[in-house]
Amino acid sequence: MANLEIDFCGIKSPNPFWLASAPPTNSGYQVQKAFDQGWGGVVWKTIGAPVMNVCNRYGTMDYKGTKIIGLNNVELISDRPIDVNLREIAETKKLFPKNTVICSVMVESKKEAWQEIIKRAEQTGCDGFELNFGCPHGMSERGMGSAMGQVPEYTCMVTEWVMDVATIPVIVKLTPNITDIVQPARAAIKGRGSALSLINTINSIIGVDIDTFEIRPNVGGKGGHGGYAGPAVKPIALHLLSAVGADPEVQRSGVPISGMGGIETWRDAVEFMLLGATSVQVCTAVMHWGFRIVEDMIDGMSNWMDERGFESPHDFIGKSLPRISHFGDFDLGFQSVARIDHNKCINCNLCYVACNDAAHQCIDLKNVQLKNIGNGEGKLMPVVREEDCVGCDLCSTVCPVDDCISMVEIETGRPHVTWNELSQKRPEITQDWGKMEEYRKEIGLHIH
Amino acid sequence: MAEHYKPFKYMPWEMSLEERFQEYHPPYSEREAVLESNRCLYCHDAPCMVACPTTIDIPTFIRKISTGNVKGSAKTILESNLMGASCSRVCPVEVLCEGACVLQHDHKPITIGRLQRYAMDYANERNIDFFKKGEPNGFKVAVIGAGPAGLSCAGELAKRGFDVTVLEKREWGGGLDTYGIVVFREPVEVSLKEVTMIEKLGVEFKFNVEVGKDVTFEDLVKQYDSIFVSVGLGAVPEMSIPGEELQGVYDGLAFIEETKIMPLKDIKYGNRVCVIGAGNTGIDCATIARRLGSERVSIIYRRSEAEMPAYHFEYQFAMNEGVSFMFLTQPVEVVGENGQVKALKCIRMDLGQPDASGRRSPVEVAGSEFEIPCDMVIKAIGQKKLTPITDKLGEFGVKLIKGYIEVDNATNRTHHPKIYAGGDCIRSKGEASTVMAVEDGKIAANGIHVALCGEKAHKVPALTSKM
Ligand SMILES: Cc1cc2nc3c(=O)[nH]c(=O)nc-3n(C[C@H](O)[C@H](O)[C@H](O)COP(=O)(O)OP(=O)(O)OC[C@H]3O[C@@H](n4cnc5c(N)ncnc54)[C@H](O)[C@@H]3O)c2cc1C
Ligand SMILES: Cc1cc2nc3c(=O)[nH]c(=O)nc-3n(C[C@H](O)[C@H](O)[C@H](O)COP(=O)(O)O)c2cc1C
Ligand code: SF4
Ligand code: SF4
Ligand code: SF4
Repeated sequence: MANLEIDFCGIKSPNPFWLASAPPTNSGYQVQKAFDQGWGGVVWKTIGAPVMNVCNRYGTMDYKGTKIIGLNNVELISDRPIDVNLREIAETKKLFPKNTVICSVMVESKKEAWQEIIKRAEQTGCDGFELNFGCPHGMSERGMGSAMGQVPEYTCMVTEWVMDVATIPVIVKLTPNITDIVQPARAAIKGRGSALSLINTINSIIGVDIDTFEIRPNVGGKGGHGGYAGPAVKPIALHLLSAVGADPEVQRSGVPISGMGGIETWRDAVEFMLLGATSVQVCTAVMHWGFRIVEDMIDGMSNWMDERGFESPHDFIGKSLPRISHFGDFDLGFQSVARIDHNKCINCNLCYVACNDAAHQCIDLKNVQLKNIGNGEGKLMPVVREEDCVGCDLCSTVCPVDDCISMVEIETGRPHVTWNELSQKRPEITQDWGKMEEYRKEIGLHIH
Repeated sequence: MAEHYKPFKYMPWEMSLEERFQEYHPPYSEREAVLESNRCLYCHDAPCMVACPTTIDIPTFIRKISTGNVKGSAKTILESNLMGASCSRVCPVEVLCEGACVLQHDHKPITIGRLQRYAMDYANERNIDFFKKGEPNGFKVAVIGAGPAGLSCAGELAKRGFDVTVLEKREWGGGLDTYGIVVFREPVEVSLKEVTMIEKLGVEFKFNVEVGKDVTFEDLVKQYDSIFVSVGLGAVPEMSIPGEELQGVYDGLAFIEETKIMPLKDIKYGNRVCVIGAGNTGIDCATIARRLGSERVSIIYRRSEAEMPAYHFEYQFAMNEGVSFMFLTQPVEVVGENGQVKALKCIRMDLGQPDASGRRSPVEVAGSEFEIPCDMVIKAIGQKKLTPITDKLGEFGVKLIKGYIEVDNATNRTHHPKIYAGGDCIRSKGEASTVMAVEDGKIAANGIHVALCGEKAHKVPALTSKM
């Protein structure tokens, strides 16, 4: 079994699996139970400004019989008294000295307020802080949470206030509700933050009741935007993580990143870590299934590492980041085409209709005789006209049979050149359709 | 989820003999396994787990399939049940785990058995070893009989550091999993691989050694710190009717065994077959006969459908396979010609008053004798107790109930402090099954551990190895 211990800016955690600041980390009872079941660390439910919660708080995105592929909430930060939270944090840290306990904080935008809560909370013996600059509802209207995280100058300023008094690592939690997440990330580093975490929840309206016209979740007849999380947000989180992780300024600073947003299994966690996350945080999946999912996360990641000979998570963290590139640097000469394995095909013809209606009309239904199966006279089956196939990959994504349609790389003899190289060497081609067509003739590329 | 089982209709030209004896459920593809595992609700305190005699953590192993951690899934299964591969094939899941699944009411229960088989096959194909022999603790245990009870006990003891020797009178281990479960439910290789797994834990196997003949009980009691008796039961008993010695009258267990260890084409079968008895053995014999090529196969049972010991799904399976059932019919004589079976003479029965077991006992209908023409009669009326062994155990103070060994339920210890027992040889009531035998082995291993080492037997962590 691989050793899953990580070092997160000096904080040693028994494994990279942390609970995100959210309902599962609301109390000492919960956090201690979570540690018992194997979670390496937690970010305690955000404490700070006084709040009152409403109900109902949650709305879900269910998809074709699968529950909670996304979860929307209008919950606020902790509504338990600060003293109670601080006492339980201290108790928990004492009982579980090896596990990571991060205290998440959010107060109004005043230097004294921030510095006071940081000083108080440090006495709990917690391992670090997370600054919640991400909550998109309730708090933002009061100038906190994402209202702060959306303005890089504020992010930098508050981080500095905190760093002036904090003696333990400080993680700045970023909001996804912003055009360019790299800006607040850089601002946090400029403010001397020790680490970054992302993403907090995404602004969303989860749905409308088409019988009553009410907004979900229904709060006494009204509704409003909430924060979206859960499996559905994972691709967005991965993108934002990679944007931050691949940013040269962030890389130069060397600050670690705690990744989250839609993580449910060890596989999700591995993906986040390959894109640069040192630890990963989970909220929605635990709200759906309970703390016990961590056992498989640990077991699955460790089996995966054993198979590949990784001894520590640090052996693979960030391994996919160098592959993050830009469209302009992609190889225009790379050509793939779809190949259908007729022995596996079940004849649903989804590939045919997808290619015909939504791609490039290069699959025909033709009579195919299968020699090894001996299907007699043969039957109509989808056949790719490879010379017309643009290699878009749509058919293979719709095919319901595993490994039935594969995208095969072929060598066309076309030059391996990128758009950026082309616009540098022969700018006319990239600016003029006539020249473009001539160039295509020259390299033998035909799009019908 | 498509059900892949296609009943075998008597159309031999459609399937070769070998094909007819393949496992009748094909293995799940990865996609099927993932789809099915995602249907599982991952219940907390799951009833399926409670219904499993070995308490496999079913929601966890299923979730691990859904996350792609199939190796971890296999480990979860084996931690509770070393014979997970056999059990996934032979367990009467309809009355155990699947019968308890919360989804059975409004949906279809999760196909727990087939998912378990998927995980077990995954680990087997990759030859993953999950456990290793524990630190030697200096104690020696002899296990008599290498059936599922014996293998499970031996494996659990080896994990805890005991020096274990298994004595088995037959050539191969696995007990009835190897010799008695129809091959289209469990191929021989599956149980043999389980024997190898136990062997790899450092357990010594002595095959072709019959206790009571090749070695004595006295010697074993002297040489070992504990003994686990898991000898199962014996052959099919005599029916004590005229004509039983005729050519064409078969012992059901021997008939099943042929399909496990002989080339299928060499197995003799009749054209018209009467199988006597409607328990698992009867169902297995009848369906085997059909798949070998018998045209007409009837199961003859003296009580009615309601009393028959076979499970409902077995009954349905047999009917799908074209087996006919004759209830309330008692064989009275095997009729022969030139020493060869020609017919089975039976008498009709009626149900009378309930007997001690609560079942209504059949009474003969006078003058209702009739003959069923047939060229093969298969006896499938249970198994004999192994009286030579149980009598011998009696000399050591081991007590019996109705010919079965009596044990303390919490430890499986007999009335002799060194001797433990489990499996079919202790199953004096209720149905016997492989999974119960496995649990018996675990209970005894725990009992022996506590008795000899004095400490509370702890759960032994699995060794994960590189693939
Ligand atoms: C035809 C048939 C079909 C069945 N189908 C199913 C099914 O589908 N599902 C299910 O769960 N259960 C089924 N069962 C029941 C199941 O097979 C048994 O409950 C299980 O095998 C019992 O395990 P065991 O270890 O107690 O005994 P066994 O499997 O009988 O093993 C006992 C072992 O002890 C050995 N032995 C005996 N005497 C000695 C001796 N003196 N010295 C050395 N070795 C000795 C034997 O050779 C044998 O290998 C079936 C049983 C039969 C007969
Ligand atoms: C109900 C709910 C409450 C949350 N409360 C907080 C909070 O108090 N502080 C905070 O930093 N993030 C909060 N979050 C955001 C989570 O910490 C996390 O960033 C987000 O849910 C994405 O992870 P997930 O997809 O695993 O849920 C909350 C999320 C949910 C669903
Ligand atoms: S989950 Fe618990 S607190 Fe929430 S509505 Fe249900 S019973 Fe009430
Ligand atoms: S989508 Fe796949 S299975 Fe369906 S017709 Fe096309 S190749 Fe065959
Ligand atoms: S009862 Fe059924 S749904 Fe629930 S955990 Fe068990 S198999 Fe899954």
